[in-house]
Amino acid sequence: MSVLVYTESENGKFKKAAFEAASYAKGIADQLGTSVTAVSINAEDDASLGQYGVSKVLKVSNDKLAKFNADAYADVLTQAAKNEDAKAVVLSQTANDKYLAPVLAVNLEAGYASNIVALPESTEPFTVKRTAFTNKAFNFSSISSEVKILGISKNAYGLKENETDANVEDFSPSLDESDFSVNVESVDKATNKVTIADAEIVVSGGRGLKGPENWGMIEDLADTLGAATACSKPVSDMGWRPHSEHVGQTGKPVAANLYIAIGISGAIQHLAGINASKYKVVINNDPEAPFFKAADYGVVGDAFEVVPQLTEKLKEFKANNS
Amino acid sequence: MKILVCISHVPDTTSKINFTEGDTKFDTNGVQFVINPNDEFGLTRAMWFKEKQGASVDVVNVGEADTEPTLRKALAIGADNAIRVNTPATDGFQVAKELAKVAQDGGYDLIIAGRESIDYNGGMVPGMLAKLIKANFVNTCVSLEVEGDKATAIREIDGGKETLTANLPLVIGGQKGLVEESDLKIPNMRGIMMARKKPLNVVEPVGADAKTKAEKFAKPAPKGEVKLVDKDNLDELIDLLHNDAKAI
Ligand SMILES: Cc1cc2nc3c(=O)[nH]c(=O)nc-3n(C[C@H](O)[C@H](O)[C@H](O)COP(=O)(O)OP(=O)(O)OC[C@H]3O[C@@H](n4cnc5c(N)ncnc54)[C@H](O)[C@@H]3O)c2cc1C
Ligand SMILES: Nc1ncnc2c1ncn2[C@@H]1O[C@H](COP(=O)(O)O)[C@@H](O)[C@H]1O
Repeated sequence: MSVLVYTESENGKFKKAAFEAASYAKGIADQLGTSVTAVSINAEDDASLGQYGVSKVLKVSNDKLAKFNADAYADVLTQAAKNEDAKAVVLSQTANDKYLAPVLAVNLEAGYASNIVALPESTEPFTVKRTAFTNKAFNFSSISSEVKILGISKNAYGLKENETDANVEDFSPSLDESDFSVNVESVDKATNKVTIADAEIVVSGGRGLKGPENWGMIEDLADTLGAATACSKPVSDMGWRPHSEHVGQTGKPVAANLYIAIGISGAIQHLAGINASKYKVVINNDPEAPFFKAADYGVVGDAFEVVPQLTEKLKEFKANNS
Repeated sequence: MKILVCISHVPDTTSKINFTEGDTKFDTNGVQFVINPNDEFGLTRAMWFKEKQGASVDVVNVGEADTEPTLRKALAIGADNAIRVNTPATDGFQVAKELAKVAQDGGYDLIIAGRESIDYNGGMVPGMLAKLIKANFVNTCVSLEVEGDKATAIREIDGGKETLTANLPLVIGGQKGLVEESDLKIPNMRGIMMARKKPLNVVEPVGADAKTKAEKFAKPAPKGEVKLVDKDNLDELIDLLHNDAKAI
């Protein structure tokens, strides 16, 4: 018996989400009285997983897996889960993990719970806490299948260090041609930009900014903080910003450490998507804007005055604190 | 081309979320139900295929009779036939297995579902369905073209996009981008009248088992008061973010 965790890497380096998933897997393994085995695909520093409680790493090195492919990756994990007699398979909730998890669930005839935010309340029955209704509520779900697939939300359980000696073994699953029937033709990803999914801080602008020409100050603030930029739905609908920046109930979910909303009113559909963020700051000239009820910190004022000043002050702060 | 669009029936995005029976049931009192927004984008894309390339479009829901108005709305938007699998939807696996039967019986070339339902946010039905019927699968799909039996899809990844090709049959988990917001159709009077005459077939379930169960619900703890900072004293905000929140 074991708990398996898939630790996603990009360009050979593990993602923070992978370390969070490993931390969570260790928590489950302690509850079940077993140990954690990780599966890494084309990663470099496999032993680093030991820091988060992984005691064995199945290291897969295969050029065919250089690009993510949901069927193929799910096949690798299926074979690993069977070899290791895994009772639970832990994944993060990155775009790739969300893509492969349901495929893996069918392969293993396993129940899958997504968006999990805490360790199981009990393991008999196996009941996990997850978000539902797009962060408007929590839902406690029990999983009755023998194998359980668990998708862990970003920034909810967090990183837990647990120094362990990780034993790295080569693992060569057999791959089938049918694993590659969906073909990745090209990947278009800006490498120099922080993404909303990975960012610790997100700076987001709404219709209060009046037009796309005013986004320079949003980008300046984001650059100063090393943050990703985002926007409300009407802003992307009007084409001021790309769709990929649209956050909210029908856009991307945000679970950042800090979310800064500028010129955004705080409609229920917007808040639902960003509520999982730990701290929220609102800058809005209307003190009645609903966002003030959802935020931790607020500034009532004109964004065109407040934001440039805030950026200047932050630059000073960064210069003095680095 | 034969297209099936999977429709989940969800509370409108403005709904207040409350629970009853000791927090074990979602309180539907006063809640307006709609086509899941991700499915609405997919349905509109299906209509585009129908108009531009010739296709038949069926819609399907796994649910009890109360979901029929939502299926009628899909018919009013322009779908040709509706199918309701007569059983409550209990979890993603059960729904996917019920849909797999409908998909196999209908021999569809393209199955459009949504990235996730906005109620339980499972994000699992399309991927499970694809694997169950051994069809190709693309998730978080923001663009889809079909030529002959070959599809080209764009998928959203964290921080970018990926272009994929695959043969039909294909299942997608779709979202905004498949069509623009401004392309969404509000059913007109004629569509609504026609929808009344279109077939809505109720089929019996295969009786698939669920593997997960929603035992109870909880609402997030109420938020404390916002801490207001004077716009002429932004140093205080920086201080709060640094020392209190430890976020910068
Ligand atoms: C089905 C459905 C799904 C939806 N999904 C989403 C979603 O996923 N994400 C989303 O964001 N929305 C979503 N919406 C839309 C949502 O209801 C709101 O319409 C939207 O969030 C409003 O965007 P906004 O705050 O940018 O604009 P507005 O509501 O117009 O707010 C602009 C704000 O800027 C402030 N302002 C104006 N000038 C200044 C200034 N100089 N300085 C500072 N502040 C200023 C104003 O006081 C106001 O509060 C959805 C709606 C529906 C019906
Ligand atoms: N009960 C259902 N009936 C038909 N389709 C469904 C149902 N539940 C989910 N789906 C489809 O699967 C998608 C993802 O749902 P979920 O996995 O529940 O988040 C939805 O957008 C629908 O397209």
